[in-house]
Amino acid sequence: MSNNSLRIPASSQTVGPYFRIGLGYLMNRNPVPSIVSAGMIEIRGRVLDRDGVPVPDAMLEFLSGGGARRLLDGNETESGIPEGFRRVATDDKGEFALTIARPAAETPSDAHFLVLVFARGLLRHLISRMYLGDEARNDNDAVFLRVPPDRRATLIARADEKQAGLYWWDVVLQGTNETVFFAW
Amino acid sequence: MPDSPMMELAEPGTQPEYYFPPYVSTIARSPRMPLVLLPRTQMERSGPVFGQGLIGEHDNDLTVHHAGDPIGERILVHGRVLDQDGRPVRGALVEVWQANAAGRYRHKVDTYNAPLDPNFSGAGRTFTDEKGYYWFKTIKPGPYPWGNHHNAWRPSHIHFSLFGSGILSRLVTQMYFPGDPLQPLDPIFNSIPDAAARARLISNLDMDRSESNYMLAYKWDIVLRGHVDTPFGEGHQ
Repeated sequence: MSNNSLRIPASSQTVGPYFRIGLGYLMNRNPVPSIVSAGMIEIRGRVLDRDGVPVPDAMLEFLSGGGARRLLDGNETESGIPEGFRRVATDDKGEFALTIARPAAETPSDAHFLVLVFARGLLRHLISRMYLGDEARNDNDAVFLRVPPDRRATLIARADEKQAGLYWWDVVLQGTNETVFFAW
Repeated sequence: MPDSPMMELAEPGTQPEYYFPPYVSTIARSPRMPLVLLPRTQMERSGPVFGQGLIGEHDNDLTVHHAGDPIGERILVHGRVLDQDGRPVRGALVEVWQANAAGRYRHKVDTYNAPLDPNFSGAGRTFTDEKGYYWFKTIKPGPYPWGNHHNAWRPSHIHFSLFGSGILSRLVTQMYFPGDPLQPLDPIFNSIPDAAARARLISNLDMDRSESNYMLAYKWDIVLRGHVDTPFGEGHQ
């Protein structure tokens, strides 16, 4: 296939430290994380750098898997933001919290989220996936099987022992337990 | 034979590497383990659709949100959002943020000793129209110092965030202005290896859309990764 007729996509640049000015409005319209309604789950975690230092200026975008158009259509919600999409920023402690629609899982491998990671110091965003720890995963999941077995645990969110619907997942940008990121 | 087709990767040199030591903040924040190749799945082809209620009527005019006019060079920034085939990306969410004319951001961590402008917040957003067209009316942002190295200054730029069709078309980048002598000195701009790719982030002065005695215009077209879905019956491919 010839690529001559194709245009080259624009280059990425870092989101920088001041992204809340232009991107915060969409975070602020998200529901309060403590209110978890039917079909929604809560995700909490931290973003850490090479030295385990919390990253206080990272932004994450979560997209519910499963391919259910309804979950990704903002015309279905009052806020205009789809229930299966959330943008959230880390706080001064590098912590984030959000509620989002549980993936419409028709097969166990659909029970995951696509996650984009932006931060000062990231010249391109990172792409990862988050799987729910208490959902059985399909051994035939094409993406999971691509990940070296000893690194798969970095993609699995731990279900909270006490609070149903709460999951814990850290993003480690570099070093020991570095989160698996995908090429794009 | 692979079990399923793999996702295409960016053209070499057209995207920055994660690890780029001249931009010091990349050193402890860039992944070092091999990136994993993704097979093409429905997940990666889908993406969020935002309701029209997300955007207010004047959200693409950054000059009208306060009692008075902001200080600085009033400008129009406009262009088209296109896919890799050159087709318009309709309804793309385009979000921008920027420093004011003095090079100061309205943000708690910006401690640069330059004045805030009470009449300028520096945030805008819009959806592209049926032709993939967008416009913002704003103030030309000033250059500003940052802590990367001694006497480091960012060239004037406007931050852009875009959602095309499908999450893989997601792009966050920065638009620069023509003729800025700080560009060759800037590690963030120069993190893109390919000179032609760097040049594509620089807008063009557009006298056709400039308005006499009122404002200059800068035109910037943005190509997003991927291919806009062709509706059934249109006969493409």
